[in-house]
Amino acid sequence: MQKVLDNFFNIEVMAKYLPNILDGFVLTVYLAVSVVATGIVLGLALAILRAFQIKPVNFLIVIFVDLFRALPPLVIMMIFYFAFPYVGLTMSGFVAAWSCLALVLAAFAEEIYWAGILSVHKGQWEAARSTGLTHLETLIHVVLPQALRLAIAPLTNRAIAISKGTALASVVAVQEILAHAATAQAFSANTSPLTMGAIAYLILFAPLVTASRWVEARYAWKR
Amino acid sequence: MDAIIENFFNVPIMVKMFPFLLSGFWWTIKLCLLVVPLGIVSGLAVAMLYATHIRVLKWLVIIYVDFFRSFPPLVLLVFVYYGLPLVGLELPALISVVVAFMLNTSSYYGEIFRAGIESIPRGQWEAARSTGLTWLQTMVHVVVPQAARNVAPDLTSNTLEVMKFTALASVVSFPELLRQAQLAQGLTYNPTPLIMAAGMYLVLLWPIVRLLSRMERRMLAVR
Repeated sequence: MQKVLDNFFNIEVMAKYLPNILDGFVLTVYLAVSVVATGIVLGLALAILRAFQIKPVNFLIVIFVDLFRALPPLVIMMIFYFAFPYVGLTMSGFVAAWSCLALVLAAFAEEIYWAGILSVHKGQWEAARSTGLTHLETLIHVVLPQALRLAIAPLTNRAIAISKGTALASVVAVQEILAHAATAQAFSANTSPLTMGAIAYLILFAPLVTASRWVEARYAWKR
Repeated sequence: MDAIIENFFNVPIMVKMFPFLLSGFWWTIKLCLLVVPLGIVSGLAVAMLYATHIRVLKWLVIIYVDFFRSFPPLVLLVFVYYGLPLVGLELPALISVVVAFMLNTSSYYGEIFRAGIESIPRGQWEAARSTGLTWLQTMVHVVVPQAARNVAPDLTSNTLEVMKFTALASVVSFPELLRQAQLAQGLTYNPTPLIMAAGMYLVLLWPIVRLLSRMERRMLAVR
């Protein structure tokens, strides 16, 4: 028991590395917020673009969405960070992590918005168009308000999942929670920094996970 | 353009590294075959515990599920692989990956099955029980088959996520596809293997993404 306490909850080690974990915490939050903000806006833009039904454009959107839904985010991040410099596109670990996760979220979000748009009955489009609204006006004033409501629950879950993906950024040298915790663990030969890192994630995500249950119940798709 | 072909689609390197990457690809498939069924079975167990309607059990399940949903899978993996040896529990990379993933995937699959089981009307339970089936028989023969069908898109979506998670095993030096690609890149000073690995992931995962899109579309049509 003493051994477990010394290795997982060593107060001395914890006190020493607390500032590092806090630094990591701030960076994780910053990265997650940037990713979610970029991803859900880009996803919406793509879904709106898709609603114009321009064949070649839609084809490209579907390819983009499929690609970023199918590939593991870590693989994409590795390509951005380790492969792109070979063709003259060098970026920091933060930019690689941010752009990779934001694009993955955008791909998932586009599908979610698009499902919402498709769920609005065709008759509503026709009714709105026949009152003189343009295609874009119909989309903005009639279709999207209904589509967005349906998108809230799945989008919340997806955004939380992607935010947890920020831990991957540790692999491309971004000093977020996990990177700090792993480094501190190696230096101190003690697991306590990892415990602290785990607690930091718990503080960050447990409320979100719990809240997502509520959101799911509140905005559930009626089947 | 030449730089892109030279660095991303270098045919001699592709030919040379193909067997090496293929060995990683097989490991990725084996990992999937191990992790996905384990996740489904343990998730089903979690959901069934919840469905017993024993209050204490119900709360324990909710705490378990929300606790492990709060951690990025990579954090669980690092904790199990790097943290536990310090208290004398040294697990091989394969076991670490399986244990860490099971904690994560049983929670997600558990939530999905729970929703599925709740979607089955009370009357079915009563009818099955009144024919003399036990609680467990009702669960296995009546409720779960229908529940699984109701949540098939969510199950597929989560399975896709779990399969993508296997790339995380590269972080603990497990010789799956991404890890082999990184090693090959180091050997050849050329990122072609990374692009190749991405291609191999697409071969494995793109069909599932397509299947998922079809299922989601059908779900919308039924509504």
